[in-house]
Amino acid sequence: MADTKTFNIFRFNPETDKRHRFDTFKVPCRPGMTVLQALNYIQENLDGSLAYRSSCREGICGSCAMHINGKYRLACETQVNHLRGSITIRPMAHMDIIRDLVVDMTPFFEKLKAIKPYLIPGNPDEGAERIQTQDERAYLDHIVDCILCGACYASCAVNGFDDEYLGPAALAKANRFLMDSRDKADEQRLALVCDEHGVFRCHTLFNCQTVCPKNVDPTANIANLKRQIIARQLNPKFSKKGI
Amino acid sequence: MVTSDVIVVGAGLAGLRAALELNRHNVKVAVVTKVHPVRSHSVAAQGGINAALRNHPRGQFDSPELHAFDTIKGSDYLADQKAVLKMTTEGIDRIYELEHWGAPFSRTEDGRIAQRPFGGAGFPRTCYATDKTGHVLLHTLYEQALKFEAASERADMQIFDEWFVTRLIVHKDTAKGVIALNINTGELEIFTGQAVIWATGGSGRVFGRTSNAYINTGWGMCVPFYEGVPLKDMEFIQFHPTELYTNNVLITEGARGEGGFLLNNRQERFLANYEDSAKAMEMAPRDIVARNMQREILAGRGVEGKYIHLDLRHLGKKKILERLPGIRMHAIHFAGVDPIYQPIPVAPGQHYTMGGLDVNLNTESKIKGFFAAGECACVSVHGSNRLGGNSLLETVVFGKIAGEYASAYFKDGGGTDVPVSFLNQILKEEEDKITRLLKSKGKENHSAIKHELGNAMDTGAGIFREARTMNDSLEKVNELKERYEHIGLNSNGRIANFDLLWAIQLKGSLDLAEVILRGAINRQESRGAQFRTDYPMRDDKNWMKHTVARWKDGTIHLSYSSVDLSLHKAKKRHY
Repeated sequence: MADTKTFNIFRFNPETDKRHRFDTFKVPCRPGMTVLQALNYIQENLDGSLAYRSSCREGICGSCAMHINGKYRLACETQVNHLRGSITIRPMAHMDIIRDLVVDMTPFFEKLKAIKPYLIPGNPDEGAERIQTQDERAYLDHIVDCILCGACYASCAVNGFDDEYLGPAALAKANRFLMDSRDKADEQRLALVCDEHGVFRCHTLFNCQTVCPKNVDPTANIANLKRQIIARQLNPKFSKKGI
Repeated sequence: MVTSDVIVVGAGLAGLRAALELNRHNVKVAVVTKVHPVRSHSVAAQGGINAALRNHPRGQFDSPELHAFDTIKGSDYLADQKAVLKMTTEGIDRIYELEHWGAPFSRTEDGRIAQRPFGGAGFPRTCYATDKTGHVLLHTLYEQALKFEAASERADMQIFDEWFVTRLIVHKDTAKGVIALNINTGELEIFTGQAVIWATGGSGRVFGRTSNAYINTGWGMCVPFYEGVPLKDMEFIQFHPTELYTNNVLITEGARGEGGFLLNNRQERFLANYEDSAKAMEMAPRDIVARNMQREILAGRGVEGKYIHLDLRHLGKKKILERLPGIRMHAIHFAGVDPIYQPIPVAPGQHYTMGGLDVNLNTESKIKGFFAAGECACVSVHGSNRLGGNSLLETVVFGKIAGEYASAYFKDGGGTDVPVSFLNQILKEEEDKITRLLKSKGKENHSAIKHELGNAMDTGAGIFREARTMNDSLEKVNELKERYEHIGLNSNGRIANFDLLWAIQLKGSLDLAEVILRGAINRQESRGAQFRTDYPMRDDKNWMKHTVARWKDGTIHLSYSSVDLSLHKAKKRHY
């Protein structure tokens, strides 16, 4: 039987509103219903003007990260009946609001671009595949699962006070390429993340690790980048394969 | 106005691969996409991408020719055979290229790209990255696009994300660009180029029970259709055997490839009881497995009468965590079962559109300067039933070909220039359309129409079809089209107005539904994914031909075209 749940949703339309407000909606919820399905219900039946991004509804496209009852989560992977009491939804922090739950992710993607997020191989691309052992591939297992949803970025306190801080997703991506056995641009990559808005700005609060819906663990990735930089300072002959 | 050499619409695998190819030929490209590239539905592909790499111990005698044969047989002989061979031959290089660009494929013990068995394939030839192959490939192509973007000093790679295309600009039978709406500001803009490459993906949301993303509304296929590009073989809709029973999220065929069993409520591997799947069992092609699952459910042997169990428990925790981690999380999130300890409840549901915009094996259409690739296009390499692992292959092979041919067309000078007055007139028509929609105050709710459409298509155009139910559904679709004329919008602002976007796209869903049903009603045979209870046999004498639908002044006209059968003679399919 359907239970009714109360949703308090952040609203802001720059065309008509001077400041934001919270609207309250009552949604009939059935077992297994996700927060995204509840938002669909509101948009289709109660208020068509509610704006939020959505696409795959299965946690792989990264469209629907938002702040749900105190934590950044994917709306599509969050079941309504796993949340207690009324449900409060806000947009992601540290980014400008376009409308309601839709934020401008430009800074997030600009920082991703800054770390050269693509393989830089040492040798030309010819013939069959490069050989990579199962162990070398295993290191990448969780990092390549990043869906660029921005939950880590929004949860990061440092991103809140330092506009230029690269942020957890971009730094994890830097580590993904650094640690890829096929990538041969160690010095270049470490130099890109080594300045005052790079890895050493990280306060190791574990917020990104806590919220990441794909278990990428940006905190550990940032720690590895720090280790790689320091190890090279101590021993110029250090090779990443040592770790 | 945004001017580029070539406009690419859509930024999934096919669109990005085309854009990269244009840049490799030193041609400037503007990619226009309604969602950020990594939100495209290519990201959800799971099981893998086929090519005869011969990396698997049991695949040493594989070849592009054998891959082509499997694909043609899988298509129930409706695929164009030379196009298939082109895909299976060029596919090998496309996969090595993805690896060179950094795609993190899973690996064999000797460090090569890992391959797994898939349905309808003679050898294990499906290359994979755990069960997130689409995800890693899409991110890899996006990364390469960023590399080109960073490298170009004259902005040769421009990506316009969250721009929704409302119209294809055709002048004197030549494609010249598109009109697109900036979703986040509500402004319309003209994008012009000497050629247009279409790569907008599938249209599963025409159905109710589908594995497709919300964004796969069918609008992408309709925009060129309205301007004169025909749609081919739209009645052939793939129903994937294993979608999560609760919400139709895909559970990869790789789960069966790795050894998973399908069980009925007697714990029986029932596929053995059907002639066409008795030998290959879970590794028979999708159309056959989906039908036999549905037969079990209809015969009352479904679990709780409604679904089938996909049992992975015997694979063991290690293998599930290593090779199928993604679908394990899907089962946990959306069905509350952990496949390590419990079987997954699955049922067949809409998954893929074999048909699409009518193009040849060079991705060219009957409109000059208009190219199409990926799921929105129909070459045809899938015929009436696609083999698992061939859709990702199609996107990168034909994405590249589209980029190549569009580059050549551009370098040849493209078509004649289009007068600015013509562009402005089209822009005004689109502006008027949107203003009218925003002001519409009708009583009909467009999302209610969408849900009714989904139900009508599930009922009439599902796994088992017959004239009576299809005609009922067609009547329903016509009624919904009439009601669509009286919709009202709840939101009349311009900024991020999703109410407006869904309303526009529903028109495409409705028109595609009619194309699908009309084609299916006309085709009085059973072939591949279309099974008609009133015509249960394949009829090569009368129906070995492609359905071609054209849009003329708001009505749909059907005709037929021939199939390329130059390599293999049609035979009865058994697995």
